[in-house]
Amino acid sequence: MLDSRQLKRERFTPLTYLFLTLALLFTMLLCICVGSVSISFSDTITAVWNAIRGIPASGSTSGNIILNVRLPRVLCVTLAGAALSLCGAAMQGLLRNPLADGSTMGVSSGAALGAVIAMAAGFTLPGFSYGGIMVTAMAFAFGSLILILSLAYSLDHSLSTNSIILIGVIFTMFISSIISLIITFASDHTRSLSFWTLGSFSGVNYDQVKLLLIALVICGGILIRFASELNAFAIGEDNARHIGVNVKRVKLIVLITVSVLIGVCVSISGTISFVGLVMPHIARMLVGPNHKRLLPASLFSGAIFLLLADLTARTILSPIELSIGVVTSLVGAVFFVVIFYKTRKAR
Amino acid sequence: MLQGEHITVRYGSCVVVDDLSFHLGEGEWLMLAGPNGAGKSTLIETIAQGVPYTGAIRWKDEDLRTLKGTRLAQRIGVLSQKNNVGYAYTVEEVVSLGRYAYKGGLFSGRDEQGKTEVEKALEITGLTELRHASMLTLSGGEMQRVFLAQVFAQNPQVLILDEPANHLDLKYQQHIFSLISEWLKEPGRAVLSVVHDLSLARRYGTHAILMDHGKSISQGLIREVMTPENLQQVYGMNVYAWMQEMLSQWQ
Repeated sequence: MLDSRQLKRERFTPLTYLFLTLALLFTMLLCICVGSVSISFSDTITAVWNAIRGIPASGSTSGNIILNVRLPRVLCVTLAGAALSLCGAAMQGLLRNPLADGSTMGVSSGAALGAVIAMAAGFTLPGFSYGGIMVTAMAFAFGSLILILSLAYSLDHSLSTNSIILIGVIFTMFISSIISLIITFASDHTRSLSFWTLGSFSGVNYDQVKLLLIALVICGGILIRFASELNAFAIGEDNARHIGVNVKRVKLIVLITVSVLIGVCVSISGTISFVGLVMPHIARMLVGPNHKRLLPASLFSGAIFLLLADLTARTILSPIELSIGVVTSLVGAVFFVVIFYKTRKAR
Repeated sequence: MLQGEHITVRYGSCVVVDDLSFHLGEGEWLMLAGPNGAGKSTLIETIAQGVPYTGAIRWKDEDLRTLKGTRLAQRIGVLSQKNNVGYAYTVEEVVSLGRYAYKGGLFSGRDEQGKTEVEKALEITGLTELRHASMLTLSGGEMQRVFLAQVFAQNPQVLILDEPANHLDLKYQQHIFSLISEWLKEPGRAVLSVVHDLSLARRYGTHAILMDHGKSISQGLIREVMTPENLQQVYGMNVYAWMQEMLSQWQ
């Protein structure tokens, strides 16, 4: 009887890392090759390899497609998937709530509202035209997070799953209508409603790759640094305080970091639902709930998932391109119901 | 070791703990007793710095309010009444978190002493076999033992307990209390606990505070506090007669 309760959970060994890295590289390669114009594996590798070594593309169409269209897109998708999944994992631990995520809690829509307002008003930072949108998106993400948490807290002090999700859903609907209102009046200045509510990676370039990379390295580093504290929170906030965690400080830092990361993602690709909800769960099944392993594993699982979702979105009805959110929501909604059902039953 | 001076806690206009002072010395086990709503659990949370209060709580010469979280945790450990774990952490992972207060910065070396403390805590509480078990599969009694092991690994000098065995089977109750009295035998340690069961309080406590409506009605040596008159006043019933009647069922 004892044996059946022992968790057979290997450590997150270098081998696991190697496996995940290979899986990720393979998926990236696949996503570069497949598309409206199919390109062979060897051409792809040659083109990427030449670019890395600094040899200019030989002017061939396939080389151009790879380097200027598909590669930046694939890199963006990889980084955004990793970032969103990391945020979901951190929030699920911090709030001890398996359904927490930027999209279920309304943080992403808050960020989208910020971005839309900044675009419509033409708000920019000197020397960095895209910065205004990004900073406003971050600020709105943080503002909505605080608003939702304090509303949920005033409803019930345990910040239970149900009240957070309920408020998040209502908040998302409310924000979406404000967004569509603004877009109706300022459609020349902003992107389409479907971009903000379902997300898209079409037309991204290397500048956005750089921004995402910087944001992910900084914010990801901070979150992984707080792995022990997140473990303590996931076990219980009171327990965390009793073992010496500075709960207020950690909570604030994690929430700000998550808002920044979500803000950057949303301003680049719109709101993509459910990545941060589903992928941490998959990672947890693989490596267990310990954030020292869970956070890195979530990075990989999120990236791979979003790459496949993006691939599906742009190929399944080719030449029509679906919004990426259509694919993630289809998968995510089903998953949401399963997790919700399970947590209800566990009570 | 631990001293409270004029502690007052208010929730809005409601005074939950009213100008209460106490003293906890080395080797003592101080029992907080009193009817529901007397403010026992609040007092304990106050000492653990989880509730805003007026007055002062001192550890030797330091004001607890000024201590950093980790320094506080090195001195005072808390075992709460109920702990639920939502994710499938292993027993060992939860116990190891007790060492959080001793971890240095990012680049500090491994906590070797911590490893032996965790081993010791697992062994004392009889959890070595279950170290890789998921918290989700444990019974209430085992779960409470895990958190006791965590607080042992934390190696504080004062252990604060909020009805540690309240909802447990008799066997586990006895187990938890004997583990704690073993722990108390080491010099430089003390225990402060809320216990509902007055027989348990008398069996294990050396000192007691009898509380009612946030005030201390009586405090001192346990036998001097738990007199028929005091208990009559606080509980509004003849506790001695009731306890003896209960006992007579077994004769």
